[in-house]
Amino acid sequence: MIPEIGQFAMILALLLAAAQSFFGIVGPWRGQQRWMQAVYPAVAGQFVMLALAFGCLIWSFIHNDFSVRMVAAHSNSALPVYFRVAAAWGNHEGSLLFWVFVLSVWTLTVAAFATSLPRPFVARVLGVLGIISLGFLLFSLATSNPFERLQPARFDGIDLNPVLQDFGLTIHPPMLYVGYVGFSVAFAFACAAMLEGKLDQTWARWTRPWTTVAWMFLTVGIALGSWWAYYELGWGGYWAWDPVENSILMPWLLGTALIHSLAVTDKRGLFKSWTLLLAIMAFSFCLLATFMVRSGVLVSVHSFASDPARGIFILAFLVLSIGGALTLYVWRAPLLRSEAGFDLVSRESFLLFNNILLVVATAVVFGGTMAPFISDLLGFGTLSVGTPYYAPMFLLPVLPLLALVSLGTFARWKRGALGESRRRILTTLVLALVLGTAISLGVYGSSALLAPLGVVLGLWIIGSALVDPIDRLRRGLSLAPAVLGMTLAHIGLAVLTVGITTMEYGRQERDVALSPGQQVELPPYTFRLEGIEEVEGPNYLAHQARLAVFKNGKPETVLLPERRNYWVQQQALAEAALGINWRRDLLATMGEELGNGAWSLRVQVRPLMRLLWLGAALMAFGGFLATLDRRYRRQREVVTAPASAAAAPAGGQSA
Amino acid sequence: MKLNRFVIPLAVFAALVVVFAVALKRAPEKQFVRSALLGKPAAEFQLPDLLKPGTNFDSRTLKGRWVLLNVWGTWCVECRAEHAQLLAIQREGKVAVIGLNYKDDDDAARQWLKELGNPFDAVPVDPEGRVAIDYGVYGAPETFLINPEGVIVDKVVSVITPEIWQQRLLPIIEGKAK
Repeated sequence: MIPEIGQFAMILALLLAAAQSFFGIVGPWRGQQRWMQAVYPAVAGQFVMLALAFGCLIWSFIHNDFSVRMVAAHSNSALPVYFRVAAAWGNHEGSLLFWVFVLSVWTLTVAAFATSLPRPFVARVLGVLGIISLGFLLFSLATSNPFERLQPARFDGIDLNPVLQDFGLTIHPPMLYVGYVGFSVAFAFACAAMLEGKLDQTWARWTRPWTTVAWMFLTVGIALGSWWAYYELGWGGYWAWDPVENSILMPWLLGTALIHSLAVTDKRGLFKSWTLLLAIMAFSFCLLATFMVRSGVLVSVHSFASDPARGIFILAFLVLSIGGALTLYVWRAPLLRSEAGFDLVSRESFLLFNNILLVVATAVVFGGTMAPFISDLLGFGTLSVGTPYYAPMFLLPVLPLLALVSLGTFARWKRGALGESRRRILTTLVLALVLGTAISLGVYGSSALLAPLGVVLGLWIIGSALVDPIDRLRRGLSLAPAVLGMTLAHIGLAVLTVGITTMEYGRQERDVALSPGQQVELPPYTFRLEGIEEVEGPNYLAHQARLAVFKNGKPETVLLPERRNYWVQQQALAEAALGINWRRDLLATMGEELGNGAWSLRVQVRPLMRLLWLGAALMAFGGFLATLDRRYRRQREVVTAPASAAAAPAGGQSA
Repeated sequence: MKLNRFVIPLAVFAALVVVFAVALKRAPEKQFVRSALLGKPAAEFQLPDLLKPGTNFDSRTLKGRWVLLNVWGTWCVECRAEHAQLLAIQREGKVAVIGLNYKDDDDAARQWLKELGNPFDAVPVDPEGRVAIDYGVYGAPETFLINPEGVIVDKVVSVITPEIWQQRLLPIIEGKAK
């Protein structure tokens, strides 16, 4: 009964989405006040229905209703209840329902907070969001119904993939989805602006916090995914450039570009058509990512073929939404002129470089992801593109980008001879050079050229990011959250850069066969296998190794890696053990039993690994702080005033 | 009339849609992804030989013999399952068995061969997977059958079972296939 209620709620939501898009688009076009008014109950009703539907799905998982195909395929009665809840979105059908549910939450939030914007504009935004929701609900009901029944019902479920039974994974997809869907708001704003045929600085100021919040969730989502891969997959990898990871990285890169381009549109009224295009592209890649992760569109031709109906539907949906937006763009973008100009060494031009480099980085990733697909398609056969392509190619745009971050923070809006800041640039650069080289060569003894370069660039970013805030404090000025947020996010990027380069060039690993009592050296650490014992978990049996770690002969820590056998799916899985402090990660993973009591083990030492997560956390927190800025809330008064007042004096040097 | 540069994104998007549409149309036909390298000359390479430290293995020395190029690593669970069959193939002596050691640790690889026996005539070491890229390797194990003229004639993804060896690879070598 409950699944049928969920199904019915989804159908009602579909009808409400149709009403929302019709009234939202046609209302302003016809100038019908009542129609525009009708959008709001549709938004609220859709939220209620989707919450109900999603609730029903979770209920079916919690209560082990194995007559529902999805529950039978992805859950099991032996699974702990929180993993059963997470299983609701850990599959294609459930994740689609979750996607539209999150969209309805964002839509409701926009409707609730947009009271001060011109009504026709809000109606259009909600109308565009309604169309997206309509598309997803149609797709879900027509090809991927989560409530489909199974006849006859199974006695017990097939179980969730053991790799997915992990806390990181229960919250990683929701974070990503909130991020993906968040970019639909920026997209809807862009479409609404194009429908109206005008775009002013108020528009940019309004779009900024929404974009930043979406970006923040995406950042957290990527970091969680990477963290999960790092400790759960167990072999120490945190980024493998596989198509799924790439699909998440591309909207993030474009979102980052969009945040910076919006800053220019907001402060100076420039880059208008470019900002629109970025908003469309960022969301397009979010759509692509959603479909790629769950439907495997790009992963291989195989999964595409597994259900051609889905493929055709996805393609039609992409054509209508993205194609529609881009057609609108061809028609409207030429109307948007930027009056002001800027000098070569102004902040505008640095942000322009930032955008170009970020788009190039996206293109590198996109090319690598698409190449095997296209090659296969054209009959050149399967082609594998891996780290040997991505690592150097990705650095090409990213290294200059890192160098420009520092210069950009020193540059002024409109014109700025660097003259006045030249001394500061040099001071921070020299400081970073000396300190970075010393750390890289002295502490970690890295011989590769890139190791000191990464550390130096990172330190330079930190140094230059701190100059302006310190200057302000010294002059007795307050620090606006926007400035603080930007500073933190840039420091986060720097911390991430230092972490990745030091870790990549300073890590050590060994694969060994050890019997109890034997040891392996990774100077200054010694790992000694003390013994192996059997451990029983809720749905698995495991062998657990006891590895004592010594540093320069002194006891440091004990690692307990496991090799688990999940008995329902008959799958063996290594559970890595980590020894963590801020200086290094120690990592031990169990491989196979080699006979005679010996086991294959991989032990690793990864310096400054923690900086990767710290950097990502700082970036996300910086984004969060920036959205708290008073400028975004003050807009209520500003917006109600005539549009020209919106170009009011911009609050200082914040970006 | 001036060409509207704002058309470019739409044009790029349209091109991508065409690619996807063609892929979608062709997908059901492609039941098996046959490697595009079939029928093409095998890429030549020189890599350090694990079995003879300090010397390089040169793939050109293989010309004139049937070669089974097996991509393996000690981290690869299926490779362990495949090992016995490789030993059997080596004992038959109909092909040269070359084991491309892929993204692996030298010591671990030597240890593995010492424990399980060595089925390989040579073990070129490819720690970064640069040669593997030339062969379009996704993972291990993958095995390429190369004829005496140096042309790739078959590719096996995953484990070589006795059946695959007896019924698929051996007939090609003995000239009984096709």
